[in-house]
Amino acid sequence: MKLLTLNFLTCAIKTCKTSPSSFPLHPQDAELEIVESDVNMAFLRNILPRLMWEELRGITRELGLPELPETAPAAEDLGEPSQVAKDLHRLLLETSIREGKLVCGNCGHEYAVKEGIANFLLPGHLV
Amino acid sequence: MLPTPSTSHVDFDRVYEPAEDSYLLLDTLSSADETAFLHDRFDAASKQPSSSPLVVEVGVGSGVVLAFVAANAEIIFGRHDVLTLGTDINSFACQAASKTIHNAVKSAQTSIFLDVVNSDLASSLRPHTIDLLIFNPPYVPTRLPDFSRHDSYNDLPAGQTSTTFEQDSYLLELAYAGGIDGMEVTNRMLEQIPQILSFDRGVAYLLLCAQNKPEKVKQCVRDWGTGWKAETIGTSGKKAGWERLQIVKMWQQKN
Ligand SMILES: C[S@@+](CC[C@H](N)C(=O)[O-])C[C@H]1O[C@@H](n2cnc3c(N)ncnc32)[C@H](O)[C@@H]1O
Ligand SMILES: [Zn+2]
Repeated sequence: MKLLTLNFLTCAIKTCKTSPSSFPLHPQDAELEIVESDVNMAFLRNILPRLMWEELRGITRELGLPELPETAPAAEDLGEPSQVAKDLHRLLLETSIREGKLVCGNCGHEYAVKEGIANFLLPGHLV
Repeated sequence: MLPTPSTSHVDFDRVYEPAEDSYLLLDTLSSADETAFLHDRFDAASKQPSSSPLVVEVGVGSGVVLAFVAANAEIIFGRHDVLTLGTDINSFACQAASKTIHNAVKSAQTSIFLDVVNSDLASSLRPHTIDLLIFNPPYVPTRLPDFSRHDSYNDLPAGQTSTTFEQDSYLLELAYAGGIDGMEVTNRMLEQIPQILSFDRGVAYLLLCAQNKPEKVKQCVRDWGTGWKAETIGTSGKKAGWERLQIVKMWQQKN
């Protein structure tokens, strides 16, 4: 599961959605892998406004990855592609969680990730 | 006609096999009317491109529909920075679809495939993030499966390398059984749609069959509030003046 996917996910429990601490989900015991792909420049430029940068910094810190700068790069920094672009591509699309869990910061619920697929199904009574 | 993505690796004993409903979605999403609508909605022609659109298919099954969208993003949206994400309640479908979409996206310049997550509807997605939602639901008016078995049937039996016959029947039931009027799963999805679609450009494509009472569904969407539109934009299986299947598009029009 790609790190960028975490930018769009939250706790599946209804009552958590209104709580700011349900996003982002926190990776734990994560086994990472790198799955290489080519850089798509239009994507890198146009994803910037959608990135929750502060949360992304938190996730990379929790995963023990190199610290991200305080502010997101600007489209002009991405070049054709620059090192900044390559690093961003590596982080968002190539770095993947193979095994581990994602934990909600609000309710503590743990969602398992197995073979790269996260399981957000809840036992009947939590829905 | 654009090619249909390959699903030859998928085991149709426990994952929904592409059928008339799936193909109606492919044809409708790539029709001249819809591509024109989507190009306009997602600023294909603009010099100042808007942010990358997020396409989510709920209930991906084999992945054939989302793979088609991912492989033809340039034709459908007029841009190749589109993100695709799938969900399914069936974990075997998640694995299968992931492979289908991965194989269909020939290069990084085609579009960006994120992941498939094992989830109930879109309940694991952040509110107001989905720009295009696609759902071909379990729509047959027949009793819902007994979900109490889901946990054990959603995985290979302990120590085994294959599923049981009962397990496979359950997993296929999930794909078609829609409860009363075939609408029990779809009604839960409809409830989520106003919260899950992005404010400025969200749009949803929902497949319905005649027994789902499509006219009533469209009225319900129009009653969500100002600007909400719902229109039938594709049909198939015309029999004695009746369309067996149709696709309803729903979106909010800003003045
Ligand atoms: C009619 S099949 C469509 C499959 C595929 N999208 C296609 O068009 O060929 C319905 C799919 O929805 C999935 N499904 C059923 N209930 C669901 C739910 N509550 N949440 C997510 N997926 C669900 C089923 O497992 C199945 O894969
Ligand atoms: Zn939670």
